[in-house]
Amino acid sequence: MPIQAQYLGMGLDLNDLEVENRAYFGHCAEHNFHLQQCGSCNQLRYPPTTACPFCTSPEARWVPVEGKGAVHSYTEVHHAIQPAFKAHTPYMILLVDLDTQKGRPTEHDALRVVGNLATPDGKLAPSEMVKRVGVGTRVRMVFSDVSPGLSLPQWTIDEGASQPAKPWRYPQE
Amino acid sequence: MPLPADADASTPRYLRDKYAIVGVGETTYTRGSGTTTRGLGTWAVRNALQDAGLKASDVDGMLSYQSGDSTFSTFIAGDVGIRLNFYMDVFGGGSSTEALIGIAMGVMEAGMCKAVVIFRAMNGFSQVRIGGTGARSAVPVSGEMLHNRAYGWQSAGQMFSPTFMRHMHDYGTTPAQVAAVRAAHSNHASNNPKAYYKKRVTVEDVLASRIICKPLHLLDCCVETDNATAIIVTSADRARDCAKPRALIRGVAGRVCKPRIDMHYQHGPISTVAGKYAREILWPNSGVGPEDVDVTGSYDAFTFTTMLQLEDYGFCKKGDGGDYVSNGTINLGGRRPNNTSGGHLCEGYTHGMNMVIENVRQLRHDVDDSCPVGPDGKRQHTYDYKEGGCRQVKKCEVTANLGWAMPGTGSAMVMRRD
Repeated sequence: MPIQAQYLGMGLDLNDLEVENRAYFGHCAEHNFHLQQCGSCNQLRYPPTTACPFCTSPEARWVPVEGKGAVHSYTEVHHAIQPAFKAHTPYMILLVDLDTQKGRPTEHDALRVVGNLATPDGKLAPSEMVKRVGVGTRVRMVFSDVSPGLSLPQWTIDEGASQPAKPWRYPQE
Repeated sequence: MPLPADADASTPRYLRDKYAIVGVGETTYTRGSGTTTRGLGTWAVRNALQDAGLKASDVDGMLSYQSGDSTFSTFIAGDVGIRLNFYMDVFGGGSSTEALIGIAMGVMEAGMCKAVVIFRAMNGFSQVRIGGTGARSAVPVSGEMLHNRAYGWQSAGQMFSPTFMRHMHDYGTTPAQVAAVRAAHSNHASNNPKAYYKKRVTVEDVLASRIICKPLHLLDCCVETDNATAIIVTSADRARDCAKPRALIRGVAGRVCKPRIDMHYQHGPISTVAGKYAREILWPNSGVGPEDVDVTGSYDAFTFTTMLQLEDYGFCKKGDGGDYVSNGTINLGGRRPNNTSGGHLCEGYTHGMNMVIENVRQLRHDVDDSCPVGPDGKRQHTYDYKEGGCRQVKKCEVTANLGWAMPGTGSAMVMRRD
Protein backbone atom coordinates (compact mmCIF):
# COMPACT_ATOMS: atom_id res chain seq x y z
CA MET A 1 0.00 0.00 0.00
CA PRO A 2 1.33 3.44 -0.80
CA ILE A 3 2.03 5.64 2.23
CA GLN A 4 0.57 9.13 2.11
CA ALA A 5 1.06 11.20 5.22
CA GLN A 6 1.29 14.73 6.49
CA TYR A 7 4.39 16.09 8.19
CA LEU A 8 4.88 19.75 9.14
CA GLY A 9 2.29 20.85 6.62
CA MET A 10 3.83 18.84 3.77
CA GLY A 11 2.36 15.85 2.01
CA LEU A 12 4.85 12.96 2.11
CA ASP A 13 4.26 10.28 -0.49
CA LEU A 14 6.02 6.89 -0.55
CA ASN A 15 4.67 4.59 -3.24
CA ASP A 16 5.12 0.83 -3.62
CA LEU A 17 7.68 1.14 -6.43
CA GLU A 18 10.06 2.95 -4.07
CA VAL A 19 11.46 -0.38 -2.92
CA GLU A 20 14.70 0.98 -1.47
CA ASN A 21 13.11 3.98 0.25
CA ARG A 22 10.30 1.78 1.63
CA ALA A 23 12.86 -0.44 3.31
CA TYR A 24 14.95 2.50 4.57
CA PHE A 25 12.07 4.44 6.12
CA GLY A 26 10.42 1.22 7.31
CA HIS A 27 13.48 0.44 9.46
CA CYS A 28 13.39 4.01 10.71
CA ALA A 29 9.74 3.51 11.68
CA GLU A 30 10.97 0.74 14.00
CA HIS A 31 13.55 3.22 15.35
CA ASN A 32 16.26 0.93 14.08
CA PHE A 33 18.59 2.63 11.56
CA HIS A 34 19.66 0.42 8.66
CA LEU A 35 21.72 1.08 5.56
CA GLN A 36 22.35 -0.97 2.45
CA GLN A 37 25.56 -2.97 2.50
CA CYS A 38 26.91 -4.10 -0.83
CA GLY A 39 26.80 -7.86 -1.33
CA SER A 40 30.01 -7.73 -3.32
CA CYS A 41 32.39 -5.08 -1.86
CA ASN A 42 30.72 -4.79 1.58
CA GLN A 43 30.71 -0.96 1.59
CA LEU A 44 27.76 0.74 3.26
CA ARG A 45 26.02 3.51 1.37
CA TYR A 46 23.66 6.42 1.99
CA PRO A 47 21.10 7.48 0.83
CA PRO A 48 19.47 4.34 -0.62
CA THR A 49 20.52 3.50 -4.19
CA THR A 50 19.64 0.79 -6.71
CA ALA A 51 23.25 -0.41 -7.11
CA CYS A 52 26.59 0.03 -5.37
CA PRO A 53 28.25 3.42 -6.06
CA PHE A 54 31.63 1.83 -5.32
CA CYS A 55 31.50 -1.38 -7.38
CA THR A 56 28.19 -1.30 -9.37
CA SER A 57 26.86 -4.53 -7.86
CA PRO A 58 23.06 -4.67 -7.58
CA GLU A 59 23.25 -7.08 -4.63
CA ALA A 60 22.71 -5.51 -1.22
CA ARG A 61 21.46 -6.39 2.26
CA TRP A 62 20.02 -4.10 4.94
CA VAL A 63 22.21 -4.04 8.03
CA PRO A 64 21.82 -2.17 11.34
CA VAL A 65 24.17 0.82 11.68
CA GLU A 66 24.85 2.77 14.86
CA GLY A 67 23.29 6.23 14.67
CA LYS A 68 26.21 8.13 16.14
CA GLY A 69 28.56 10.67 14.68
CA ALA A 70 29.79 14.25 14.53
CA VAL A 71 28.48 17.29 12.65
CA HIS A 72 30.49 17.77 9.44
CA SER A 73 28.66 20.91 8.26
CA TYR A 74 25.32 22.59 8.72
CA THR A 75 23.04 25.42 7.83
CA GLU A 76 20.77 27.30 10.18
CA VAL A 77 17.60 28.44 8.42
CA HIS A 78 16.18 31.79 9.50
CA HIS A 79 13.92 32.35 6.48
CA ALA A 80 11.87 29.19 5.97
CA ILE A 81 10.42 28.25 2.57
CA GLN A 82 7.72 25.79 3.66
CA PRO A 83 5.05 27.57 5.73
CA ALA A 84 5.00 25.04 8.59
CA PHE A 85 8.73 25.45 9.17
CA LYS A 86 8.34 29.18 9.80
CA ALA A 87 7.13 28.57 13.37
CA HIS A 88 10.34 26.63 14.07
CA THR A 89 12.98 29.11 12.82
CA PRO A 90 15.84 29.13 13.27
CA TYR A 91 16.00 25.43 12.52
CA MET A 92 19.14 23.50 11.74
CA ILE A 93 19.95 21.11 8.89
CA LEU A 94 22.90 18.93 9.86
CA LEU A 95 25.22 16.90 7.71
CA VAL A 96 26.57 14.26 10.08
CA ASP A 97 29.59 12.00 9.56
CA LEU A 98 28.66 8.59 10.95
CA ASP A 99 31.44 7.01 13.01
CA THR A 100 30.83 3.85 10.99
CA GLN A 101 32.92 3.83 7.80
CA LYS A 102 34.29 7.37 8.36
CA GLY A 103 37.29 8.07 6.13
CA ARG A 104 36.41 5.22 3.78
CA PRO A 105 36.64 4.38 0.94
CA THR A 106 38.81 7.51 0.65
CA GLU A 107 40.16 9.88 3.26
CA HIS A 108 37.54 12.65 3.01
CA ASP A 109 34.55 10.36 2.51
CA ALA A 110 31.94 9.46 5.09
CA LEU A 111 28.38 8.29 5.35
CA ARG A 112 27.02 11.85 5.70
CA VAL A 113 23.46 11.52 6.95
CA VAL A 114 21.14 14.52 6.75
CA GLY A 115 18.75 15.43 9.53
CA ASN A 116 17.37 18.34 11.47
CA LEU A 117 18.64 19.11 14.93
CA ALA A 118 15.84 17.69 17.08
CA THR A 119 14.88 17.11 20.68
CA PRO A 120 15.25 13.51 21.95
CA ASP A 121 11.58 12.91 21.07
CA GLY A 122 12.12 13.97 17.44
CA LYS A 123 10.69 17.52 17.44
CA LEU A 124 12.59 20.37 15.75
CA ALA A 125 15.03 21.77 18.31
CA PRO A 126 14.36 25.04 20.16
CA SER A 127 16.73 27.95 19.53
CA GLU A 128 18.61 27.46 22.86
CA MET A 129 19.67 24.04 21.61
CA VAL A 130 20.51 25.34 18.12
CA LYS A 131 23.04 27.76 19.63
CA ARG A 132 25.01 24.90 21.21
CA VAL A 133 25.63 22.97 17.99
CA GLY A 134 28.34 23.44 15.37
CA VAL A 135 30.88 21.52 13.32
CA GLY A 136 32.30 18.79 15.54
CA THR A 137 29.32 18.45 17.89
CA ARG A 138 28.69 14.81 18.81
CA VAL A 139 25.15 13.77 17.96
CA ARG A 140 23.00 10.66 18.15
CA MET A 141 20.09 9.63 15.97
CA VAL A 142 16.47 10.01 17.01
CA PHE A 143 13.32 9.69 14.90
CA SER A 144 10.33 11.80 13.90
CA ASP A 145 7.38 9.45 13.52
CA VAL A 146 5.25 10.43 10.54
CA SER A 147 3.00 7.42 9.95
CA PRO A 148 3.18 3.61 10.15
CA GLY A 149 6.08 2.57 7.95
CA LEU A 150 7.53 6.08 7.75
CA SER A 151 9.72 7.85 10.29
CA LEU A 152 12.44 10.40 9.50
CA PRO A 153 15.88 9.98 11.04
CA GLN A 154 16.93 13.12 12.95
CA TRP A 155 19.84 14.20 15.15
CA THR A 156 20.02 15.31 18.75
CA ILE A 157 22.98 16.31 20.93
CA ASP A 158 24.64 13.20 22.37
CA GLU A 159 24.66 14.26 26.02
CA GLY A 160 26.55 11.12 26.99
CA ALA A 161 29.45 11.79 24.62
CA SER A 162 32.56 13.85 25.17
CA GLN A 163 31.87 17.12 23.32
CA PRO A 164 34.39 19.54 21.75
CA ALA A 165 35.07 22.54 24.01
CA LYS A 166 33.78 24.93 21.35
CA PRO A 167 32.21 23.48 18.19
CA TRP A 168 32.81 25.64 15.10
CA ARG A 169 29.90 27.95 14.37
CA TYR A 170 29.28 30.65 11.80
CA PRO A 171 31.39 33.57 13.06
CA GLN A 172 29.03 36.55 12.69
CA GLU A 173 26.72 36.17 15.72
CA MET B 1 50.47 29.70 -13.68
CA PRO B 2 51.84 27.41 -16.39
CA LEU B 3 49.72 26.53 -19.42
CA PRO B 4 48.38 23.00 -19.28
CA ALA B 5 49.81 20.49 -21.73
CA ASP B 6 48.05 20.40 -25.09
CA ALA B 7 48.22 16.63 -25.15
CA ASP B 8 45.60 16.37 -22.43
CA ALA B 9 42.84 18.03 -24.44
CA SER B 10 39.71 15.90 -24.50
CA THR B 11 38.33 17.49 -27.67
CA PRO B 12 40.30 17.65 -30.91
CA ARG B 13 42.36 20.80 -31.00
CA TYR B 14 40.93 21.65 -34.41
CA LEU B 15 37.66 22.58 -32.68
CA ARG B 16 39.35 25.56 -31.03
CA ASP B 17 38.12 28.73 -32.71
CA LYS B 18 36.03 26.70 -35.18
CA TYR B 19 32.69 27.91 -33.75
CA ALA B 20 31.63 31.34 -32.61
CA ILE B 21 28.85 33.18 -30.87
CA VAL B 22 27.49 35.63 -33.42
CA GLY B 23 24.30 36.94 -31.86
CA VAL B 24 23.10 37.74 -28.36
CA GLY B 25 19.77 39.08 -27.21
CA GLU B 26 17.61 39.48 -24.16
CA THR B 27 14.35 40.92 -22.91
CA THR B 28 14.21 43.52 -20.18
CA TYR B 29 14.95 42.19 -16.68
CA THR B 30 11.75 42.78 -14.74
CA ARG B 31 9.44 41.57 -12.01
CA GLY B 32 6.10 41.38 -13.76
CA SER B 33 6.86 40.69 -17.42
CA GLY B 34 3.19 40.84 -18.40
CA THR B 35 3.70 38.01 -20.88
CA THR B 36 4.22 34.26 -21.13
CA THR B 37 7.56 32.49 -21.29
CA ARG B 38 6.68 31.98 -24.98
CA GLY B 39 6.36 35.72 -25.40
CA LEU B 40 9.64 36.31 -23.55
CA GLY B 41 11.54 33.63 -25.49
CA THR B 42 10.33 34.98 -28.82
CA TRP B 43 11.40 38.48 -27.86
CA ALA B 44 14.92 37.37 -26.87
CA VAL B 45 15.42 35.17 -29.95
CA ARG B 46 14.31 38.00 -32.27
CA ASN B 47 16.81 40.31 -30.59
CA ALA B 48 19.60 37.76 -31.02
CA LEU B 49 18.77 37.34 -34.72
CA GLN B 50 18.77 41.09 -35.19
CA ASP B 51 22.06 41.43 -33.29
CA ALA B 52 23.67 38.83 -35.56
CA GLY B 53 22.18 40.32 -38.71
CA LEU B 54 20.61 36.96 -39.51
CA LYS B 55 17.20 36.12 -40.97
CA ALA B 56 15.04 33.38 -39.45
CA SER B 57 15.90 31.19 -42.42
CA ASP B 58 19.62 31.45 -41.59
CA VAL B 59 19.04 29.52 -38.33
CA ASP B 60 17.94 25.87 -38.35
CA GLY B 61 18.77 24.58 -34.87
CA MET B 62 17.33 25.39 -31.45
CA LEU B 63 18.19 24.36 -27.90
CA SER B 64 16.67 25.40 -24.60
CA TYR B 65 16.78 24.44 -20.97
CA GLN B 66 14.24 24.66 -18.20
CA SER B 67 12.96 23.09 -15.01
CA GLY B 68 9.31 22.61 -15.87
CA ASP B 69 8.91 26.36 -15.87
CA SER B 70 9.09 27.36 -19.52
CA THR B 71 7.98 26.94 -23.10
CA PHE B 72 9.55 24.71 -25.76
CA SER B 73 11.63 25.25 -28.88
CA THR B 74 8.76 24.29 -31.18
CA PHE B 75 6.67 27.27 -30.06
CA ILE B 76 9.48 29.80 -30.30
CA ALA B 77 10.52 28.46 -33.71
CA GLY B 78 6.93 28.75 -34.88
CA ASP B 79 6.55 32.29 -33.62
CA VAL B 80 9.69 33.59 -35.28
CA GLY B 81 9.36 31.51 -38.46
CA ILE B 82 12.37 29.24 -38.07
CA ARG B 83 12.12 25.87 -39.88
CA LEU B 84 14.15 23.53 -37.70
CA ASN B 85 16.57 20.83 -38.77
CA PHE B 86 17.33 20.10 -35.11
CA TYR B 87 15.97 21.01 -31.71
CA MET B 88 16.10 19.79 -28.14
CA ASP B 89 14.72 21.11 -24.87
CA VAL B 90 16.63 19.81 -21.89
CA PHE B 91 15.99 19.73 -18.18
CA GLY B 92 18.26 21.84 -16.06
CA GLY B 93 19.14 25.25 -14.75
CA GLY B 94 22.51 26.79 -14.05
CA SER B 95 25.45 25.22 -15.89
CA SER B 96 23.24 24.49 -18.91
CA THR B 97 24.37 27.40 -21.10
CA GLU B 98 27.97 26.33 -21.64
CA ALA B 99 26.94 22.66 -21.88
CA LEU B 100 24.40 23.45 -24.61
CA ILE B 101 26.97 25.50 -26.50
CA GLY B 102 29.08 22.34 -26.55
CA ILE B 103 26.10 20.34 -27.79
CA ALA B 104 25.43 22.95 -30.49
CA MET B 105 29.04 22.61 -31.66
CA GLY B 106 28.71 18.83 -31.76
CA VAL B 107 25.44 18.94 -33.67
CA MET B 108 26.94 21.26 -36.28
CA GLU B 109 30.11 19.17 -36.40
CA ALA B 110 27.87 16.18 -37.18
CA GLY B 111 26.35 18.12 -40.04
CA MET B 112 22.86 18.11 -38.54
CA CYS B 113 22.31 21.87 -38.88
CA LYS B 114 24.22 25.07 -39.58
CA ALA B 115 23.30 27.63 -36.93
CA VAL B 116 21.83 27.05 -33.48
CA VAL B 117 19.97 29.49 -31.28
CA ILE B 118 19.92 28.67 -27.56
CA PHE B 119 17.34 30.32 -25.30
CA ARG B 120 16.28 30.39 -21.66
CA ALA B 121 12.87 31.98 -20.92
CA MET B 122 11.49 32.26 -17.41
CA ASN B 123 9.02 34.18 -15.31
CA GLY B 124 11.31 33.50 -12.36
CA PHE B 125 9.53 36.03 -10.18
CA SER B 126 5.93 36.20 -11.32
CA GLN B 127 5.32 32.51 -12.17
CA VAL B 128 7.66 29.82 -10.87
CA ARG B 129 9.84 31.44 -8.22
CA ILE B 130 13.30 30.09 -8.37
CA GLY B 131 13.85 30.43 -4.62
CA GLY B 132 11.44 27.58 -4.05
CA THR B 133 8.38 29.36 -2.66
CA GLY B 134 4.91 29.08 -4.22
CA ALA B 135 4.38 26.37 -6.84
CA ARG B 136 7.65 24.61 -6.14
CA SER B 137 6.95 24.02 -2.43
CA ALA B 138 3.36 22.82 -2.98
CA VAL B 139 4.35 19.55 -4.72
CA PRO B 140 4.10 16.41 -2.48
CA VAL B 141 7.44 15.20 -1.10
CA SER B 142 8.29 11.82 -2.62
CA GLY B 143 11.20 9.69 -3.81
CA GLU B 144 14.62 11.28 -3.42
CA MET B 145 13.01 14.42 -1.98
CA LEU B 146 12.23 12.50 1.22
CA HIS B 147 15.93 12.90 2.00
CA ASN B 148 15.96 16.68 1.58
CA ARG B 149 12.67 18.59 1.35
CA ALA B 150 11.26 16.67 4.32
CA TYR B 151 13.95 18.38 6.39
CA GLY B 152 13.16 21.87 5.15
CA TRP B 153 16.21 21.49 2.92
CA GLN B 154 14.85 22.69 -0.40
CA SER B 155 15.92 26.04 -1.81
CA ALA B 156 19.23 26.45 -3.58
CA GLY B 157 20.63 28.46 -0.68
CA GLN B 158 19.65 25.80 1.82
CA MET B 159 21.03 23.00 -0.35
CA PHE B 160 24.41 24.66 -1.02
CA SER B 161 25.07 26.11 2.44
CA PRO B 162 26.85 23.05 3.91
CA THR B 163 29.51 23.59 1.21
CA PHE B 164 29.77 27.31 1.99
CA MET B 165 29.97 26.74 5.75
CA ARG B 166 32.58 24.03 5.41
CA HIS B 167 34.75 26.32 3.25
CA MET B 168 34.68 28.89 6.04
CA HIS B 169 35.53 26.15 8.56
CA ASP B 170 38.35 24.63 6.49
CA TYR B 171 40.00 27.84 5.24
CA GLY B 172 38.90 30.66 7.55
CA THR B 173 37.00 32.42 4.78
CA THR B 174 35.10 35.33 6.31
CA PRO B 175 31.60 36.75 5.65
CA ALA B 176 33.17 40.12 4.78
CA GLN B 177 35.49 38.64 2.16
CA VAL B 178 32.61 36.97 0.37
CA ALA B 179 30.34 40.00 0.71
CA ALA B 180 32.90 41.83 -1.45
CA VAL B 181 31.50 39.87 -4.41
CA ARG B 182 28.12 41.59 -4.01
CA ALA B 183 29.78 44.98 -3.61
CA ALA B 184 31.82 44.45 -6.81
CA HIS B 185 28.90 43.21 -8.85
CA SER B 186 26.68 46.04 -7.65
CA ASN B 187 29.33 48.54 -8.76
CA HIS B 188 29.32 46.87 -12.17
CA ALA B 189 25.51 46.89 -12.33
CA SER B 190 25.42 50.60 -11.59
CA ASN B 191 26.99 51.02 -15.04
CA ASN B 192 24.52 48.70 -16.71
CA PRO B 193 21.26 50.44 -17.70
CA LYS B 194 19.57 47.01 -18.08
CA ALA B 195 20.31 45.83 -14.54
CA TYR B 196 17.39 45.18 -12.20
CA TYR B 197 19.40 46.40 -9.17
CA LYS B 198 21.58 49.37 -10.14
CA LYS B 199 22.26 50.69 -6.66
CA ARG B 200 25.78 50.25 -5.34
CA VAL B 201 26.06 48.44 -2.03
CA THR B 202 28.98 48.02 0.37
CA VAL B 203 30.37 45.05 2.26
CA GLU B 204 28.78 46.56 5.38
CA ASP B 205 25.36 46.67 3.66
CA VAL B 206 25.63 42.96 2.88
CA LEU B 207 26.65 42.04 6.43
CA ALA B 208 23.84 44.17 7.88
CA SER B 209 21.16 42.50 5.75
CA ARG B 210 19.13 39.77 7.42
CA ILE B 211 20.25 36.14 7.50
CA ILE B 212 18.31 33.85 5.14
CA CYS B 213 20.15 30.66 6.07
CA LYS B 214 23.66 30.71 7.46
CA PRO B 215 26.04 31.78 6.02
CA LEU B 216 23.82 33.63 3.52
CA HIS B 217 22.57 37.15 4.15
CA LEU B 218 19.78 38.47 1.95
CA LEU B 219 22.34 40.38 -0.15
CA ASP B 220 24.50 37.28 -0.60
CA CYS B 221 21.60 35.90 -2.67
CA CYS B 222 20.73 36.73 -6.27
CA VAL B 223 17.59 38.39 -7.55
CA GLU B 224 14.52 36.58 -8.92
CA THR B 225 13.40 38.15 -12.19
CA ASP B 226 11.26 37.60 -15.30
CA ASN B 227 13.34 37.50 -18.48
CA ALA B 228 14.57 35.58 -21.48
CA THR B 229 18.01 35.42 -23.04
CA ALA B 230 19.28 33.97 -26.31
CA ILE B 231 22.57 33.35 -28.10
CA ILE B 232 23.34 32.14 -31.60
CA VAL B 233 26.22 29.75 -32.32
CA THR B 234 27.51 29.00 -35.80
CA SER B 235 30.74 28.01 -37.50
CA ALA B 236 33.57 30.54 -37.46
CA ASP B 237 33.40 30.58 -41.28
CA ARG B 238 29.70 31.44 -41.42
CA ALA B 239 30.26 33.90 -38.60
CA ARG B 240 32.34 36.11 -40.89
CA ASP B 241 29.13 37.12 -42.69
CA CYS B 242 27.36 38.23 -39.52
CA ALA B 243 26.88 41.80 -38.37
CA LYS B 244 29.14 41.84 -35.32
CA PRO B 245 32.70 40.73 -34.52
CA ARG B 246 32.91 37.04 -33.75
CA ALA B 247 33.35 35.74 -30.21
CA LEU B 248 35.40 32.63 -30.95
CA ILE B 249 34.83 29.59 -28.76
CA ARG B 250 38.11 28.12 -27.53
CA GLY B 251 36.75 25.25 -25.46
CA VAL B 252 33.88 24.05 -23.35
CA ALA B 253 33.23 21.72 -20.42
CA GLY B 254 29.64 20.64 -19.82
CA ARG B 255 27.92 19.54 -16.61
CA VAL B 256 31.06 18.09 -15.10
CA CYS B 257 30.21 16.36 -11.81
CA LYS B 258 31.75 15.37 -8.52
CA PRO B 259 31.42 11.70 -7.57
CA ARG B 260 28.12 10.55 -6.04
CA ILE B 261 26.15 13.26 -7.80
CA ASP B 262 22.95 11.71 -6.43
CA MET B 263 24.16 13.02 -3.06
CA HIS B 264 27.51 14.67 -3.59
CA TYR B 265 28.13 15.38 0.09
CA GLN B 266 29.07 11.71 0.53
CA HIS B 267 32.38 12.44 -1.17
CA GLY B 268 34.77 14.95 0.35
CA PRO B 269 36.26 17.41 0.74
CA ILE B 270 32.84 19.05 0.51
CA SER B 271 34.47 22.50 0.41
CA THR B 272 35.66 21.63 -3.10
CA VAL B 273 33.25 22.06 -6.03
CA ALA B 274 32.94 20.52 -9.49
CA GLY B 275 35.28 23.13 -10.99
CA LYS B 276 38.14 21.02 -9.65
CA TYR B 277 37.20 18.41 -12.26
CA ALA B 278 35.96 20.78 -14.97
CA ARG B 279 39.25 22.69 -15.05
CA GLU B 280 41.02 19.51 -16.19
CA ILE B 281 38.86 19.64 -19.33
CA LEU B 282 38.42 23.38 -19.79
CA TRP B 283 42.00 24.61 -19.82
CA PRO B 284 43.47 21.86 -22.01
CA ASN B 285 40.56 22.13 -24.45
CA SER B 286 41.03 25.87 -24.64
CA GLY B 287 44.81 25.88 -24.81
CA VAL B 288 44.95 28.67 -22.25
CA GLY B 289 45.17 28.83 -18.48
CA PRO B 290 43.69 31.06 -15.79
CA GLU B 291 46.52 33.61 -16.12
CA ASP B 292 45.55 34.23 -19.76
CA VAL B 293 41.97 35.21 -18.89
CA ASP B 294 41.02 38.91 -18.82
CA VAL B 295 37.37 38.71 -17.72
CA THR B 296 35.51 36.01 -15.82
CA GLY B 297 31.82 35.25 -15.60
CA SER B 298 31.63 33.12 -12.47
CA TYR B 299 28.04 32.16 -11.71
CA ASP B 300 26.70 34.21 -8.83
CA ALA B 301 23.49 32.63 -7.63
CA PHE B 302 25.21 33.45 -4.35
CA THR B 303 28.34 35.41 -3.52
CA PHE B 304 29.88 32.12 -2.36
CA THR B 305 29.40 30.37 -5.71
CA THR B 306 31.49 33.00 -7.48
CA MET B 307 34.27 32.62 -4.92
CA LEU B 308 34.28 28.81 -4.87
CA GLN B 309 34.45 28.48 -8.63
CA LEU B 310 37.18 31.06 -9.16
CA GLU B 311 39.20 29.15 -6.57
CA ASP B 312 38.61 25.65 -7.92
CA TYR B 313 39.23 26.63 -11.55
CA GLY B 314 42.65 27.76 -10.38
CA PHE B 315 42.47 31.58 -10.44
CA CYS B 316 44.04 31.44 -6.99
CA LYS B 317 45.42 28.79 -4.66
CA LYS B 318 42.95 26.41 -2.99
CA GLY B 319 41.67 28.13 0.12
CA ASP B 320 42.56 31.65 -1.05
CA GLY B 321 39.19 32.35 -2.70
CA GLY B 322 38.14 34.74 0.06
CA ASP B 323 41.22 36.89 -0.51
CA TYR B 324 40.91 36.67 -4.31
CA VAL B 325 37.38 38.08 -4.38
CA SER B 326 38.06 40.82 -1.83
CA ASN B 327 41.44 42.21 -2.92
CA GLY B 328 40.20 44.21 -5.89
CA THR B 329 41.05 41.65 -8.59
CA ILE B 330 37.41 41.04 -9.61
CA ASN B 331 36.38 44.71 -9.75
CA LEU B 332 36.19 46.76 -12.94
CA GLY B 333 39.62 48.32 -13.18
CA GLY B 334 41.10 45.30 -11.37
CA ARG B 335 43.30 42.59 -12.85
CA ARG B 336 40.41 40.29 -13.84
CA PRO B 337 36.88 41.70 -13.43
CA ASN B 338 34.08 39.23 -12.80
CA ASN B 339 30.46 39.54 -13.95
CA THR B 340 30.80 43.02 -15.38
CA SER B 341 27.05 43.22 -16.06
CA GLY B 342 26.28 42.78 -12.38
CA GLY B 343 25.44 39.11 -12.91
CA HIS B 344 22.67 37.26 -11.18
CA LEU B 345 23.19 39.20 -7.97
CA CYS B 346 22.24 42.48 -9.65
CA GLU B 347 21.46 42.38 -13.38
CA GLY B 348 18.86 39.59 -13.32
CA TYR B 349 18.50 35.85 -13.04
CA THR B 350 18.54 33.75 -16.20
CA HIS B 351 20.35 30.59 -15.11
CA GLY B 352 23.73 31.57 -16.48
CA MET B 353 23.12 32.89 -19.96
CA ASN B 354 23.35 36.61 -19.21
CA MET B 355 26.96 36.18 -18.08
CA VAL B 356 27.82 34.60 -21.44
CA ILE B 357 26.06 37.45 -23.26
CA GLU B 358 28.06 39.99 -21.27
CA ASN B 359 31.37 38.34 -22.12
CA VAL B 360 30.46 38.29 -25.83
CA ARG B 361 29.86 42.05 -25.64
CA GLN B 362 33.12 42.57 -23.72
CA LEU B 363 35.01 40.67 -26.42
CA ARG B 364 33.34 42.81 -29.10
CA HIS B 365 34.54 45.79 -27.10
CA ASP B 366 30.97 47.06 -27.22
CA VAL B 367 29.21 46.63 -23.87
CA ASP B 368 25.95 48.55 -23.58
CA ASP B 369 26.85 51.05 -20.87
CA SER B 370 26.12 54.78 -20.87
CA CYS B 371 29.18 55.84 -22.86
CA PRO B 372 28.44 57.98 -25.94
CA VAL B 373 27.91 56.24 -29.29
CA GLY B 374 30.30 57.35 -32.04
CA PRO B 375 29.59 57.90 -35.74
CA ASP B 376 30.51 54.25 -36.44
CA GLY B 377 27.64 53.15 -34.20
CA LYS B 378 30.00 51.85 -31.52
CA ARG B 379 30.32 53.22 -28.03
CA GLN B 380 33.30 55.41 -27.27
CA HIS B 381 34.34 53.90 -23.97
CA THR B 382 35.88 56.14 -21.35
CA TYR B 383 37.16 53.41 -18.97
CA ASP B 384 35.98 55.63 -16.14
CA TYR B 385 34.21 53.15 -13.90
CA LYS B 386 32.48 55.68 -11.64
CA GLU B 387 28.81 55.14 -10.88
CA GLY B 388 26.74 55.46 -14.05
CA GLY B 389 29.89 55.38 -16.19
CA CYS B 390 31.76 52.89 -18.35
CA ARG B 391 31.92 49.14 -17.83
CA GLN B 392 33.98 48.09 -20.83
CA VAL B 393 37.20 46.31 -19.84
CA LYS B 394 40.08 47.99 -21.66
CA LYS B 395 42.01 44.87 -22.53
CA CYS B 396 39.62 42.01 -23.14
CA GLU B 397 41.10 39.27 -25.33
CA VAL B 398 40.11 36.09 -23.48
CA THR B 399 37.08 35.42 -21.26
CA ALA B 400 36.00 32.46 -19.12
CA ASN B 401 32.46 31.59 -18.10
CA LEU B 402 32.10 29.30 -15.10
CA GLY B 403 28.56 27.93 -14.87
CA TRP B 404 27.15 26.41 -11.69
CA ALA B 405 24.26 24.04 -11.14
CA MET B 406 25.22 23.15 -7.58
CA PRO B 407 28.44 22.37 -5.68
CA GLY B 408 28.62 19.02 -7.46
CA THR B 409 27.99 20.13 -11.06
CA GLY B 410 29.52 22.83 -13.24
CA SER B 411 30.07 23.83 -16.86
CA ALA B 412 32.54 26.25 -18.38
CA MET B 413 33.60 27.96 -21.59
CA VAL B 414 36.53 30.01 -22.81
CA MET B 415 36.05 32.53 -25.63
CA ARG B 416 38.50 34.83 -27.35
CA ARG B 417 38.33 38.04 -29.31
CA ASP B 418 38.40 37.76 -33.08
